[in-house]
Formats: sequence, structure tokens, C-alpha cells
Amino acid sequence: MSKLHIEAVINGETREFLCDAHETLLSALRNGVGLTGTKEGCATGDCGACSVIFDGRLVPSCLVLAPEAQGRTITTVEGLAPSGEGAVLHPLQQKFLEHAALQCGICTPGFVVAAKALLDANPSPTEEQARYWLAGNLCRCTGYDKIIRAVLDAAEEMSGAVGAPTL
Amino acid sequence: MSERTFKYVGTRPIRHDGVDKVTGRANYGADLSLPDMLHGVLVRSPYAHARIVAIDTTAAEALPGVKAVITGKDIPETRAKLPLGEGAIDLHDVSDNMIARRKVLYEGHTVAAVAATTLDIARQAASLINVTYERLEPVLSIDRAIAPDASILHEDMRTKGVPNASKPSNIAMRMEGKRGDVDRGFAEADVVIEREVRTPTVHQGYIEPHACVARFGEDGRAIVWCTTQGPFAVRDQCAAILGMDAAHVKVIPSEIGGGFGGKIVVYLEPLALALARNAQRPVKMVMNRDEVFRATGPTSATKIRVKLGAKRDGTFVAASASLYYEAGAYRGSPAGAGMMCALAPYRIPNFFLEAFDVVVNKPKVAAYRAPGSPMVSFAVESVVDEIARELKLDPIDVRIRNAAVEGDLAPYGPAYGPIGLKTMLEQAREHPHWKAPLGPNQGRGVACGFWFNAGMNSSATVTLNMDGSAAVVTGNPDIGGTRAAQALMVAEELSIPVERVRPGVGDTDSSGMTDLTGGSRVCYATGMAVIGAAQDVREQLRARAAKTWNVNVDAVRWDGGFAIPPEHTANAQPLGVAELAAKMAHTGGPIVGRASLYAPMAGPGFGVHICDLEVDPETGQSRVVRYTAFQDVGKAVHPSYVEGQMQGGVAQGIGWALNEEYIYNADGVMENPGFLDYRMPVASDLPMIETVIVEVANPLHPYGVRGVGEVPIVPPLGAVANAMRDVTGIRFTELPLSPPRVLAAITERNRETVGV
Amino acid sequence: MARVHLPSGLTQFTGGVADVVVDASRARDLLDRLAERFPALASQLDDVAVAIDGQIYQDPGYQPVGPASEVHLVPRIAGG
Repeated sequence: MSKLHIEAVINGETREFLCDAHETLLSALRNGVGLTGTKEGCATGDCGACSVIFDGRLVPSCLVLAPEAQGRTITTVEGLAPSGEGAVLHPLQQKFLEHAALQCGICTPGFVVAAKALLDANPSPTEEQARYWLAGNLCRCTGYDKIIRAVLDAAEEMSGAVGAPTL
Repeated sequence: MSERTFKYVGTRPIRHDGVDKVTGRANYGADLSLPDMLHGVLVRSPYAHARIVAIDTTAAEALPGVKAVITGKDIPETRAKLPLGEGAIDLHDVSDNMIARRKVLYEGHTVAAVAATTLDIARQAASLINVTYERLEPVLSIDRAIAPDASILHEDMRTKGVPNASKPSNIAMRMEGKRGDVDRGFAEADVVIEREVRTPTVHQGYIEPHACVARFGEDGRAIVWCTTQGPFAVRDQCAAILGMDAAHVKVIPSEIGGGFGGKIVVYLEPLALALARNAQRPVKMVMNRDEVFRATGPTSATKIRVKLGAKRDGTFVAASASLYYEAGAYRGSPAGAGMMCALAPYRIPNFFLEAFDVVVNKPKVAAYRAPGSPMVSFAVESVVDEIARELKLDPIDVRIRNAAVEGDLAPYGPAYGPIGLKTMLEQAREHPHWKAPLGPNQGRGVACGFWFNAGMNSSATVTLNMDGSAAVVTGNPDIGGTRAAQALMVAEELSIPVERVRPGVGDTDSSGMTDLTGGSRVCYATGMAVIGAAQDVREQLRARAAKTWNVNVDAVRWDGGFAIPPEHTANAQPLGVAELAAKMAHTGGPIVGRASLYAPMAGPGFGVHICDLEVDPETGQSRVVRYTAFQDVGKAVHPSYVEGQMQGGVAQGIGWALNEEYIYNADGVMENPGFLDYRMPVASDLPMIETVIVEVANPLHPYGVRGVGEVPIVPPLGAVANAMRDVTGIRFTELPLSPPRVLAAITERNRETVGV
Repeated sequence: MARVHLPSGLTQFTGGVADVVVDASRARDLLDRLAERFPALASQLDDVAVAIDGQIYQDPGYQPVGPASEVHLVPRIAGG
């Protein structure tokens, strides 16, 4: 059985890859496109380590078939840092570092992508809203405390930057 | 020692490997691919206990794309024991666990391995391997295992610790500890409480499954890239299991996505090497989550009975306990450690403890963060709580009255050095959390916990660069921020900014022998080696300064990052690190500091936790609404990561107490091998976790560091269970306190109260 | 001459003797002396760690034992 040829906009660039019909988007991203930042923790959509943003929607890429990516827009962790500004992190990434919101770091790509989706949908979440939105991302190291602090701090900084009046 | 003021230690720099981790660039075990690589897949037993009659691999071998197939007979059995420090690992058991020879001893036990050009072909080939089994009765509980008519897992197993043990048994070992006269002690007690508790099999739950890539050259030299807590442990296990010279195996540790003790023993690597050798191509093997649950190393299910006697004023006078720990398919549960930890927080003059290591048809247990301690702490802290209630005493006051202090004998023999338990209990009593009002359906529990501090082998090298920056390399994979801590130590010793120190994790070729990351030992023991190596650099810098000034090195002082010349030395100004480094080539060559040591286990750690629990009486669901964790860490090198260790351990302990358990059917097949039904805490389950760091210096470490990583998982089980007792009035003796169990008990209690 | 304290589980193999004075200057030698004096104990010593003056060594090896050292035998444990 020959592979399918898929073209998608990944992290702002048109990329193409070959995949089997039954292959997951997670596998295609990691092996076909070579973007290994997105991780597999469970392959059943329960851990969030494979989180990507798919046409504006937060999805577990282990539950999306690779061929479904045809013509779609996808954001992975590799696409979070603002491009064109040279060596700058997304505020979420920066806050994760400042708050020590990672220990082993395996869940971090999934969390920063999921948190970006959260702030896209709700720029000023409460702690409870953040916890429930991120309930689909498992972390075994941190107990979530510093992760939530990082996300809320990033939200404050980002909405501050947007809403601050120029003087 | 804690009087010393530090410039860098105790600060919170951004970790050096952080950017790679938040951008997805960091490479974990499954992220490496090599050219011409094959994919390896394992064939696993569907039965919990069976004899292997025959394995037919012909169809699999004939499938196009299949390049190697191995079964147990292709890997010679070994009788080697490795002195891997943490108890000699019996490699025969590790090897037999990795691939079965004559019997399968748990559902999921590997019987064959296949390597093929694609993962799909490998899986297809695996399904074509035909195994004939003769099923045997599975032993799935402690009660069944110790019954006189029990099916026996290992015909040659005799109970160690029992003189003249001559019959085959499922009890691998019995241990005992005693002090004073426990019968007289109980006779003198005013109140005696006895409880038997059970805890389930639980898994470390690391988010990254096991993964490796192995390459085997025609010259017998191999490279293994893998996710592991101990690259040297992997090297030595692979070499011994495959009958290779360890010098021919290089292990490169990837970044590791969690371990907690579960990534020490090898499950994949020797098989990947054997496949790579046969196929003459690299082989990649990655477990899926199902396999991680069924066939790696969860921790023991237990049955523990504790009896405690106290005087009316709350003084403990006698204690006895019997601890049964499931080892899984091969001997080696942490029953002994459980026995040593059981009474560790308390001064008890009379006690009798016995512990049993019991084999059952479940995966062989592996270490899980303070192995053996959380379960027995749950038992003891529950009984201490009952004693306090019976005597109408405050639960913290009872613990303060009996808290072990410096000079008291630990239950396992030696006297304690300086420890912070009593200080923490006193702080807990004054803490706002302890006095805060509770809402409806809320209750509060408190518990203590104890764990040791592993020592063992560590090596470190510190290299000085010509621009005055430094690099430090150790053999310890960084699971929780230890690279940042090591950089802080080097910065402190050399008085250079921490940003100018590059901490690295070496492989088995580039780092001196180092025992694993775990056992709360990296900041402590490897930290000692890092400090030693940095001090070695400092000594060499003093010698270079002496040469520059043409004076005796003994006359050269070192102060705040500068070599200070003796008074009245002509043309001599203090020389800093950067200046001396720039001239290294002229004053003797490169400056490389090294240290290697075997550190003792000491500086034990204690924790005290307070938990507020809210229980919904209609569903049995509970939620932790407030949590405060106190811990004596000796010296917090990087406080953010110390807090992180505490919070992470708390979360694991809460999961263990409230929801996590392996659910087996009558055939010994695990029914919930996935994160949906093996329910670990998520962000919406937990509140912010407040941490209180106490620093009572550990006299054995230059900065006073105690290990921090393991203690925090110990108190939560007791704290949650005591909170549950506070809310519901019901003393639960079986974990987890999952909604069905809690609801059933509440319903039953209400029925009885109403008098139906 | 170190004072060695045996946990009660091991005293089954020494005829009830729990405290022994042993002439040895290294941990390995100390265990060998014990095994010589109590042959039934020898097979149990594979699984013990040694605490010398409060410091526990999982692998006794040649750790020095002082003339007035207090030595306890304890079960080997693993960290995680």
C-alpha cells in the first residue's frame, strides 16, 4: 500500500509529508515532518503530551489521523516562539522557565500548546478556569502548582501588553 | 554549617536546559532516529502464570521486512549479581523478567522480540509468533500466595531469614526487628489500637514510556541511547545479561521524562542490542502505555497490621507491626525498607516488627519514590490518629510528644544526628492552615513521613575554560533540575556567575562512574563530588597564582574568587578566575578538577503534611481543598526545584490515596492499563500546594544538603486518610479512597445509624 | 574492636546472640568474622547493609571500622 502525500501549513509554513492512511497525526509530525517536540505519552488521548492546535482547535494529535491534516493549519510547540524576532520565547514559555513550572519537561510542550489555546480563547482565565482547561494535560512531576502560576502570570503579562494604553 | 552565607546557592536562576525543554528541542528517549534503523516490538504473554511449551517463529521470520526474531533461548541465562549499590541486583531475575525462559509469571511477560523495517511490519510479525502455553493457577494476592495450598511461582524459592526453610514457598524473605519487651510495653499501656490496612499496586506514572535505540557493530562494540535514571546501571546490566565486556557498551542517556525509580532496571535495552546484533542494523524500541502499565515495575500492594500502645498522656510505649509486601513475579519488594521506616518518626522503647517479601503473578515491582515507606506510613499514621482521638489529644501534640530527636535511636539501630521533625511539627501547629476554619463536608488530617538519603558512587569533573567560564559534567540524568543545582554549586565554589557555568550530563564514556539519579542522592552525593571537583579547580588556581608570583602555594589565600598574594610580594595584585584561566597554557596547562566518592547514606529526611479534604456525601467523590507540606531539606540549593519536588511528591501521594490502583480480573489480567481508568491527579483535582522548607543542616554535606526528592510522597497517604476520617467519621483501612469505596461506606454507615 | 548489633531477625542464626564484639578494621572483614563465628549466619549476609557510627553503607566493602565503632546490620534498601 503506497503512502499518501499530505500538504499542510505547519507553524506558519507549508510543509509536506508522506504517511500511511491509518497513521496518526502525532506519528506523521514526529516521523514524517521531523518535529519531535510533540510527545506520545499514552496514544489514547488521555495525557495531553501530544497536544497541537489544529485549525484553531486544541486536539490530541494521537487521536487525529494524519491524512486529516491535508490543507489544514497546525501549530506545534516548535511554532510558539514568535518568528522573525530572533531568539525570543513566547511569554508562556518564558513564564514556565521563571516559575520553574517544569521538572522533567516531557509534558511541557503539551502544556504550553494547551495553555496557548486557553489564552487564545480566554485571555484572562481564573485559576479554576485554567485548571479545568488544562485538566487534559497530565504532569507527574510538578503537582501543577507552578504550571498554573506560570499560565496566570503569562495571561496577565499578555493582556497587559495588549490592553495597556500608550502614554 | 547553615550559618554560612551563600552568594549563589539558595537563588533561583533559570535552569540551563530550560529553553530546550519549553521549545520542544530537548531530545527524550523516543526522539532519536538513526539511519537504516529497524523497529523492535515485543510479544507478551496473555496469561498470568503458565509454562512455555513451545514458541514457533517461522511465520514471523518469513514475513518480508522482518530482520531478526529472538526468544528467551537466544539470551543465555546468567547467575551474575551486580553490586549496583542499591542492593545487589540479581541479574538472573532481571534477565528472566526481561524475556521469559521456561515460565511466564505475569500477564504481559515478554516471550519474544521482533525487529522489522517498519513498526507495522514488526507488529504484524509479532502477531504471527505462535506460543503454546500450559496454563497454571495464578497467584494474585498476598493471602493466596501465603496459603499452604498456594500455587508456587518458583520451585527453588525458600524463605530467606527463616532457619531450616526447606519447602518451596512464595515468601521470598522474612525480616524482623525488635527492641525492648513489647508484651510488657502493651501491658503497661492505657490504650492499645490495632488496625490492618491494605494498599493497592500503583505505578510511578512517568509520562514518558521506556524507549531506546541500540546499535551493534561487527566488532562487538555497541551504543545504546535510552531514557534512564542510570546510564552506568544500563551499561552494566546490558553487559552482564548479554555476556559482553562493559567496556564495549556505551550508554548515552537522553533527557528523561520522569522515572521515580521505574527507569533503573532494564526492560528493553539488552533485547534491542540482541536484535541489533542479529540484524546488523540499529533497532529502536518504544513501549506503549499499555505495556508500561502491564510490564514494567509498579510498586508493591501491601497488607500491613499495626498495633500501637500509649499512656494516657499520649506517650507511646509499645508498637508491633507485620508487613506483607508483594514483590511481583520475582523476589525483591521494599518490605525491609518499610520495616525500617515504619516507626522512624517516633521514640518507642518497645517494638516488634516483622516483614515479608511475597511473590505473586504480577509484574516485578521496581522502586517508586521512597520505596516501602508510604504504605507503612499510611498504616502507622492512621493508628497514631486513632490514639489521639481515643485519648482526646491534639494529633500534632501527640506527635510532638513522641517525635524522635537528635540522639534518639532510629528503629534500625543507629542514633539520629540533627533532624528537623520536632521543629516542623511545632511549626505546623502554629501554621495558619492548622487553625483555619473548615467548611461543610470538609475535614483535616496531619501525618509525618520519613525516608533515607542514598549515598553511593558519584563522580564529577569541572573544566575551566580560557575565558574563565566553567563546565561541570556528571553521570546523572537530570530529572528535576539537578543541573541547575550543580551549576549553583560550581558558581559558589569558584565565585563566578552561575550563567557562566555549563552543567552537562555525560555518557558512560565521558563521565566517571556514577550511580543513578534517584534515591534523593544527586544534590547530596553527586553534589559533594561537584563541590569537590570545583574545590580541586580552586586549588589548582591557587597553585597557578603561586607560580605567577613565584611564591610558595601555601602562602596564597583564596578569597571571594581571587587568589591573594602574600603580603610584601613584589609586583603582585590579586588574580581572579578569568585572569588565571586566560594564562593557563603558560602556567602549566589545562585546569580540570575532579572528584569521585562513595557517600554514606545519612542525613535522613522527615516531612509533615496537613491536608484538608472535602467529600461529597452523595457521590463519595473527594477533593483536596488545601495542602501544606513541611520538609527538612538541610539546605535548599535551588529553592524553586526543592519546592517542585515537594509539590510533585504530594501530588503522587494524593493520587495513591484517592484514586490510583491496578484493577485485576480473576485471571490476573490488568483491566485499567491506561490513563483514563488509572486515574492520576490532574490540574483540576488539586489546589495550590504550599511548601514550608525547613533547613536543619546535614553534617555530612559541605552545604548541609539532605536529599529532598522522596520524602514528600510519604506523608500524603496518612494525611488524606486522616482527613477522610475527620470528615466522614469512618476509618478507612483500604486504599484508594475512591468514590465507589467511600460512597459504599457512607451509605452503609448511614443505614446503620438510621437503624434500618 | 567494634561493637556489632544484629537485628532480631538475624539472631535466629546466632543462637540468640544480638551484640557481638568483633575485631576488624574494615566492613568486609567484619562480616567475614561474623560468618566465621556463626556459620548459619553466612547465607543471610548477602542482603545486609552496614551502618557504621550512624552512616549506612549499602555496599559494605572496605569502609573503615574504628576501634570503638558502633555497627548495626540493616536490610539493604533501594531508593527511587
